[in-house]
This record gives sequence, C-alpha cells and structure tokens, in this order.
Amino acid sequence: MIDLAHYAEVAGSDVIEHLRQLAALLKGKRVVHVNSTQEGGGVAEILEKLVPLMQQLGIDTQWDIIHGNDDFFVCTKNMHNALQGNVVDIPERLLHVYEETNAQNAERLRDKLEAADIVFIHDPQPAPLFKLCPQRRGKWIWRCHIDIRHPHRPVWKYVRNFIEDYDASIFSLVDFAQPLPHEIFVVPPSIDPLSEKNMDIDDDEVASVYEGFGLDLERPIILQVSRFDRFKDPLGVIHAFMLAKKYIPSLQLVLAGGGASDDPEGKAVLGEVRVAAAGHSDIHVLALPSNADRTINALQRGADIVLQKSLREGFGLTVTEAMWKGKPVIGGDAGGIRLQVIDHHTGFLVNSPEGAALRIRYLLSHRDKLQAMGEKAREFVRDNFLITRHLRDYLALMVVLVYNVEERIELS
Amino acid sequence: MREVRVKRARDNQESLPLLVKDCALITIATGIRAQNLRELRDRLETVHPSSIYYHFWGRRLAPSFDQPEFNNDFAAWARHDLHDYVLAERLAVVDPTDFPTIEALRQELIEVIEERLYESALVPWAKTDQQFYFKRSKIVVFDTKQQIAEPTLLPQVLPALSLSSIFYHFIDARRRALEGIDDFSAWLDAYGEAYAVLRNEIASIDLYFSTMSEIREKLVQVCTMRLSSQGEGL
Repeated sequence: MIDLAHYAEVAGSDVIEHLRQLAALLKGKRVVHVNSTQEGGGVAEILEKLVPLMQQLGIDTQWDIIHGNDDFFVCTKNMHNALQGNVVDIPERLLHVYEETNAQNAERLRDKLEAADIVFIHDPQPAPLFKLCPQRRGKWIWRCHIDIRHPHRPVWKYVRNFIEDYDASIFSLVDFAQPLPHEIFVVPPSIDPLSEKNMDIDDDEVASVYEGFGLDLERPIILQVSRFDRFKDPLGVIHAFMLAKKYIPSLQLVLAGGGASDDPEGKAVLGEVRVAAAGHSDIHVLALPSNADRTINALQRGADIVLQKSLREGFGLTVTEAMWKGKPVIGGDAGGIRLQVIDHHTGFLVNSPEGAALRIRYLLSHRDKLQAMGEKAREFVRDNFLITRHLRDYLALMVVLVYNVEERIELS
Repeated sequence: MREVRVKRARDNQESLPLLVKDCALITIATGIRAQNLRELRDRLETVHPSSIYYHFWGRRLAPSFDQPEFNNDFAAWARHDLHDYVLAERLAVVDPTDFPTIEALRQELIEVIEERLYESALVPWAKTDQQFYFKRSKIVVFDTKQQIAEPTLLPQVLPALSLSSIFYHFIDARRRALEGIDDFSAWLDAYGEAYAVLRNEIASIDLYFSTMSEIREKLVQVCTMRLSSQGEGL
C-alpha cells in the first residue's frame, strides 16, 4: 500500500492537505463500495487504489464483491451492452437470475450495508441491493462507469427501477447521464501515477519486455491496450494498421489486453482478432493475464503512438495511462476519450480506420509534433486525471451529501 | 463576515492578514439539455442561475486547457455543435462583468439567441450526441493555513498561488461580497488610501477575457510594479 504522502511528490502537497481537510469531516464514517469483480477492468482497478487511500485518511472504508454464476454474468454483460446502446433483449430467465443473485448477496451483506453511512454501488450488477436493504441508514450512491446516454430503452426501464430511489448518482461525463430524480454528480475517473502500471520504469526494462514479445524497438510501434471487446474495435485497429503500413512498411502493431471475470464475450472477440491478424508477422496479439500491469506499463512506454479506437467508451483509462507516459493518443470520437484527447493538442479524434491510418502516418512523419503532443498530454493528466483529484471529488460529494450542502462549504 | 472584519480594520487602523483559501468545484448534471437553438433559448429562460454562472465562470476549473477558444460554453456549443459561426461570435463577446446580476446576463443571452433565431431561415440543430448539457456546481473551500500578513508581501506570495486559489479570491469573491469586488481589492480597501492606486489597478484587471494564468500574471505584475516603488504611487 502506498503512503498518501508519496502522492504529494507527483500531485503537490496542497492537494494532499485538501484531502485531509475533507476527510476530517468524514472521520469515523463507515463507507462501503460494492461491485462485481475484484480484478480486471477499470472499476476494480480504481477501487484497489481508492479504498486504501480512504482508509489512510481515517475513513472506515470497505470493499465488497457480489458473487454470481455464469448466467448472472451473461445477464449483466448483456445489460452492460444494452445500456451502452446495443439492442439486446434479456430473457426473463436471466433477469430472474439477476434478481435472485442480488437477493442472495443481500443476505450476506445486508447488516453491513444497512449500518453504513455511505454506500457506493458500482454499475448495474449490484444495483438491486438498495431495495433489498430496507433498514438502510446512510446515503446510497449509484456510481455508473459506463455511457448510458442512448440505452436500449426496455433494459434501461428495468434497471432504472432499481436506481431511481438512490440518494445520488455519479457519472464520468455529463453526457453519459440519464435523467434521474436525484442529484447527479460528474466525476471523471483517474489513474494512479504510483501504481505498477503507471510508475516510472527504466528503459532497460521496457526493452526487455519488447524483446520478450519479439518486437523491435528500432521500428515504429503503435499500440492499443484494451479488453478484447467489440466496442473497442480491435478489428478496426487492424484495418487502420494495414492502411498505414502500405506507407510505413516497418510499422508494427501491438494489440494487448486481457479478459475480466465478468466479461464472457472476451474469448470470442479474441478469436476474431487472431483470425484477422493471422499471416501478418508485424501484428502482435497479446492476451495478458490480469496481473500484467508492469508489462502494460512497459508496452505503453515503448510505443510511439497509442490508439484507443473505441466505438463506445466509458471513460477510457488506457487513454489516460498512455497520456501520462507522454504519448499522443489517436482515439475514437466517443465517450470519455473526448474529454481526454483534445483534438490536435493531446492527440487526434478519429471516426474510421481511415482516419486513424491518416493520423498514424502524420504523427510518424512529424516527430516534433508527436513529441510536443505527448508532453502536453502528460501535463493535462497531471492537472485533471490523477487519483488524488478523483479521491477529492469522492470525499467532496460525500461531505455534500452527509452535511446537506446547498451551494458551498468552507473547511479548515 | 469579510465586510465586518474589513470595517473593523478600517476603524482601528490595524493590520489584518488576508487568509489564503483554495477551492474545488464539484460538477453536477442538471439533467436539462438542448438539442437546438430554440431549445437552448427555452431552457435558458428557466434554468437555475447557478447553471448560467457555471457555464461562464465555473467551467474555468473543469478539465480543459487554460487557453480556451471561447470563454463561455454557449459560444463554444454554437461554434462546434450548431456550426453557427455568427452566433458563436456574438455569444463570445457577451462579457458577464458588464451585467450586474445573473438575471441580467440571462436576458442578454436570450436576446442574442432571439435575434439569431429571427435571422435564421432554419433553426440550427446539433447532432444527437452533441446536445448542450446544463451543469452547475457546488464549491468546497479549503484553508491553505497561509496568510498574507501585509500587502507588501503580495509580489512574493501571488506567483505561488494555485489557479483555483486565484479563482476563489478573484472570481468567486465577486459572488460572495455585497460590493461584488474581489478579495484582494476588498483587503486593500481596509488600508484606506494607502493602497488606493494598487486597489484600482487590481479591480480593473479584465477577468473575463483573461485566462486564470493570465489573471495571476497580471496580479503579480501590478503588485510588483506598485509595491516595489517604495511607496510611491501606492
């Protein structure tokens, strides 16, 4: 566990003092976070960091996972896709599994959740817990990590029924939210600059990782790190690579990602990607285990350009990670990528494989721009997307809810 | 509270330190959206004043570059999402400091939009994904434990203040104070005529068309110029 004080070196000591002032108002409060997976995916990654930091600030914070069988996760994966806009109708049988699984988890967690002062429920998987804890005494917040601006309506109507009575919601971007009858906070996610995935590592380690995968650091490398998920458009990335490679024959592509325990679709998409990459020796498809953070760190540092050509995206933490390493990002014009990739400043927003190929060619033939954009990207992350800012926002909204703050609160 | 302390200092000729604060905004989605210019006008008529304040001032603490193309979100939306360049230019020159209240500013925005609607053969529309989302914010104020003991120390202290601290003392202050002036000017006012020139120069800094870094630079500049001249012209 990293000491909070170490963050002062990266984010500034004033930032840590702000956290302490906010936490002082929450001393002794019991906070519980609930989600559906302990590893893999952005949510678990953020909680792994936020929970210990909240504990260090003297807030009694716990993190619980809801358990479910394969049917439960098939249901919630469909729900996830439907909320992000795919026309997916979920059979009654699976919805029954969803509710039943939550009821079973409520039996296990009820005492703790009802006694808590603040409960954060992450994403739709554990959403029904609110109604299943009728004696709750604290404030309940639904934290939605995905973009639900255009949900498949029947599924949203079903999920909304579990959410509308919460005390507040949090969305990563204002655009992602649906109207709800309570306060909706906007809190962009963040990265941890001191984690294995983002800490500084030396060039030798980067070279060794690249060598291990048979990649040549002397030749240009483009990289996309993400789950093997259709919304991340890995096939579109391969298409863009093929278009750019006609003009830059030495170009290499790395598609690196892992699965998450709540993502049964990943294997199928990985298979499709492998078929598309077959026969191309400069396309490297790396299915990494969930503990490959340091490897991902090295891959991001060694790449010339990082892509995140998502068609839909929650926030896109891999974009933040790449920018923190001083890389310009060519990102899909979707979701939270728009908040991070400021077109022509920290990278480029694209809408097609052709657009991505064009920007790859541009950046690789304008190395000075590539360098300048990368530097700008790192500073942008330092100012806006580090975990200290994220923690501050969480503490601030807890203070707002616990003390019923209308417009302003003065701390000392 | 500040008015009382300032008055006391004035009456007693005592030295009163300026307590340095910092702040953060928590952004809140109001759930109100506009898809086209007519909807924007309609929503503007009823949206909470704090939302209009946010889209002119609060946005300065949101993730963005400190050199924005437009100084308010309405002009940016007109340019990038409605693609109405004329409207964007007209909205961009609306300076909120010209209006005594948010209600007066609201009326001006509505006037500009009405005029454009009257001129337009078609109501400008944005794509489905490019709606205008009305936001507002709540402010959390931090005690930095820092004090500026006397005005002569301003040139040393100001360069190190965070941009959010400058926001609190120079922009947010105008909302807090009955006189509608910034904290630095109010503080100098407590010293009477001694710092009248400096106070006037600070008060005349163009806060709307300056970025947060530029405001800090200008503050440092005027304070350094006036306070390094050994009292002359203070």
